[in-house]
Amino acid sequence: MGILLWLVVLLPFAGALTLMLFGASMPKKASGAIGCTSIGLSWIAAMALAVSFRHPLDTTLYPWIKIDGFQVGMGLRLDALSLVMMSIVTFVGFLIHLYSSQSMYEEDSLPRSLGGYHRFFAYMNLFVGSMLVLVLANNLLPLYLGWEGVGLCSYLLIGFWYKDRANGYAAQKAFIVTRVGDAAMAVGLFLIFYQLGTLNIQRILALAPMKWTPGDTIVTAIALLLMGGAIGKSAQLPLQTWLPDAMAGPTPVSALIHAATMVTAGVYLIARTHVIFSLAPQAQLIVAIIGAATLVYAGFSALVQSDIKRVLAYSTISQIGYMFLALGVGAWTAAMFHFVTHAFFKALLFLSAGIISDALHHERDLFKMGGLKNRLPVAYWTFLIGVASLSALPLVTAGFYSKDAILFAAWSSSRILWAAGIIGALITSAYAFRAFFLAFYGDLKTEVSKLPGALMKFAVVVLAFFSISAGFAKNPFEGLLSGVFPELHLSGHSVEITLAVISSLWALFGVYLAWVYFTRPELSRAFGRSLVGRRLHHFLLTGWGFDWLYDRLFVRPFKAIAFGNSSDFVDKFFVGLGELAEYGNLALSATQTGKLRNYVTGLLIGAIVIAAIVMLKL
Amino acid sequence: MISVPTNHALILAAVIFLIGAVGVTARRNLIFVLMSVEIMLNATAIAFIAAASKWHQPDGQVFVIFILVTASAEVAVGLTLFLRIYHGWKNLDADEVSLMKG
Amino acid sequence: MNWYFYASGIVAVIAALMVVTRANAMHALLYLVTLFLAIASVFWTLGAPFLAALQIIIYAGAIMVLFVFVIMMLNIPNEAQRERTWLRSLIWVLPAFLVLILLIQFVVAVGTKGAPAGAVIASKAVGRSLFTEYVIGVELASLLLLAALIAAFHFGVLPERLETSDD
Repeated sequence: MGILLWLVVLLPFAGALTLMLFGASMPKKASGAIGCTSIGLSWIAAMALAVSFRHPLDTTLYPWIKIDGFQVGMGLRLDALSLVMMSIVTFVGFLIHLYSSQSMYEEDSLPRSLGGYHRFFAYMNLFVGSMLVLVLANNLLPLYLGWEGVGLCSYLLIGFWYKDRANGYAAQKAFIVTRVGDAAMAVGLFLIFYQLGTLNIQRILALAPMKWTPGDTIVTAIALLLMGGAIGKSAQLPLQTWLPDAMAGPTPVSALIHAATMVTAGVYLIARTHVIFSLAPQAQLIVAIIGAATLVYAGFSALVQSDIKRVLAYSTISQIGYMFLALGVGAWTAAMFHFVTHAFFKALLFLSAGIISDALHHERDLFKMGGLKNRLPVAYWTFLIGVASLSALPLVTAGFYSKDAILFAAWSSSRILWAAGIIGALITSAYAFRAFFLAFYGDLKTEVSKLPGALMKFAVVVLAFFSISAGFAKNPFEGLLSGVFPELHLSGHSVEITLAVISSLWALFGVYLAWVYFTRPELSRAFGRSLVGRRLHHFLLTGWGFDWLYDRLFVRPFKAIAFGNSSDFVDKFFVGLGELAEYGNLALSATQTGKLRNYVTGLLIGAIVIAAIVMLKL
Repeated sequence: MISVPTNHALILAAVIFLIGAVGVTARRNLIFVLMSVEIMLNATAIAFIAAASKWHQPDGQVFVIFILVTASAEVAVGLTLFLRIYHGWKNLDADEVSLMKG
Repeated sequence: MNWYFYASGIVAVIAALMVVTRANAMHALLYLVTLFLAIASVFWTLGAPFLAALQIIIYAGAIMVLFVFVIMMLNIPNEAQRERTWLRSLIWVLPAFLVLILLIQFVVAVGTKGAPAGAVIASKAVGRSLFTEYVIGVELASLLLLAALIAAFHFGVLPERLETSDD
């Protein structure tokens, strides 16, 4: 059993290592095969563990750090929560690897020896391995290792096409912004260790209630610091600026990392350390508020984007806001359930968008798409299922069940939070179907040049199936996770049904609004040309001006200080030494005039000096 | 008998020597430089003679003979070099012959 | 008879000053001859009659004659005029200053009293010392003269003469 668990984690790393060492010298098909097989085998092992799961399982590979007072082992723990995460990561990861083995096949944009194809799969495998370490770690330190590992892979994969500078900048932005969160999280880990003497998760969850009472300052500080890390990784306010730019990477990367898995690491962290958050109600409230604010913010921003991937990026930010909202009101299970459904339909949406843009010569502008309904039928139906699930259309979509669970929990906690959620729901369906209509209806603006391959179609169809059917597994899911999370007391069942009806009608209204927007463009055009309209459009398009704000607030002062300090006193000292030598050279060369008289004068002066020295001795 | 205090002779030697030094430093014409060098050589000869006389030893005078020899050799070669310098630079300016500059 | 030493000394100093400050080379050379004669007198008062004679014969008689010959052979036009342009009074300031310091240092170091000099050293003793103790010096001196002779001969051949000679 324990070995199987380790295989799940180590197989992707083995794949990555093989590809890094030998990928350049093996044929393309082999690299693709190795890349997909390692994740495939990992998934099979994960499924084996899942079907035979009875009790939580703890195993340690080796004692990692062993010094007096601080012992950390490289260990994994399989319980219901990590089982869910592991299954999703391996399954969705496998499907995306299959998709990308076909979609990235011609993408080898560099000469063979620096090849793109095997490098891509090496990084993707490394990512899946790190993500698995993150979700399966039984100790906060290996968790942090996986945390940093996925951050690294995110950087490597966003900047995959590194010859274009802009991609490098986007990768740097992602890394630096998440670093801010990571630093907060590290301080949080220090505090935990200092207070509790251990970083083992289960021990922390057991010791924390004994040491602190709810509302204690220290535990609130720890919770806020951990939340800082989660905010960075999950792209919530105020550290969300990196995710829209991260769309510079290849589409499978966006699907895997920035939709289904890495960005949900923050949600996982808070869920895993839920005991600490329960002990710090103020921090938990802040989590909920941030979630609510972010989901509204991102929803409005998604409404005006023209790049299809940016719509989906803001959509991801918004949906993770829902998960944060759920965590903030104590609905741990609902948050995890939404994570599962979101992984399916968001990955589906990204891969489907990838099919569209591949077919249109990498065109990503929605306003240059149109009329693709009959040209790309697979993309049409899968994208439709994706946006339906995203909008939580009633009863037939998985998104409906998970989002409703969250809204129900929010209603029981605070009406304001519920209101934010319901407004978000309207906007979600509006922007989702806006994108759908713009891409598939209307006049054909760009010709279709390439149809999707078999593996790509397979991946999106499977994801579409789960985007519908995963919702029906809600009750078994809750049962599974009841062992990990405490029970949440909610209002009665009838309230739940009423709320479900309200949110369904509201979502359908959003679809209608999108339809009106699409079929009657003159209404929006008139508004769009007015001054208010243009200003508002620009404001929303740039994500409410956060980039501008951060540039003024942080980037420019930092650069000014760095440039000002680039020739500080240490530099001046060393440069001064050089200048002194130069000056000395100039001065001494000037004495070499070549004239006899000058040399004789020098002799005389020397004679005076020597005579003086000798005389002083006399 | 003549008995001059040795130091007076030495001071005389010093004065003549230093006058020669002034000549070497201040004159620009190579001929005068050579003449000033001759003056300096003779001044040292005075010093040697005075010392020999003081210590009643002939060594000083022997050395003056050597100085004489040296001075002759030096003047011979030096004047030949002046001929060549004049042939090349068309004047005997000590400041002109400064190819060793820098 | 000590006054003779001082008189010769004064003549020597004045002659030296005149040598250094003249503009005309011929004048300077004549003053140089005067200097040598004065120095010969000084040698005589300091008990070296043989060397006094040698001084006159070799220095004033040979070396100076060589000097005069070469200078007249060079035949530099407008030489005195140019010398006068070079000899501005500002030239003398720095050398005179440095030399003055050296003189003061010397006088202070050496002092003005001392054992009497003036004992006559016999020429025989000089000759004997020359060919017993300093015989190597004598040989080297003759080599030096040979070398000077060869060097003077070699350098004396001016380049255009070399081209026309058939070697």
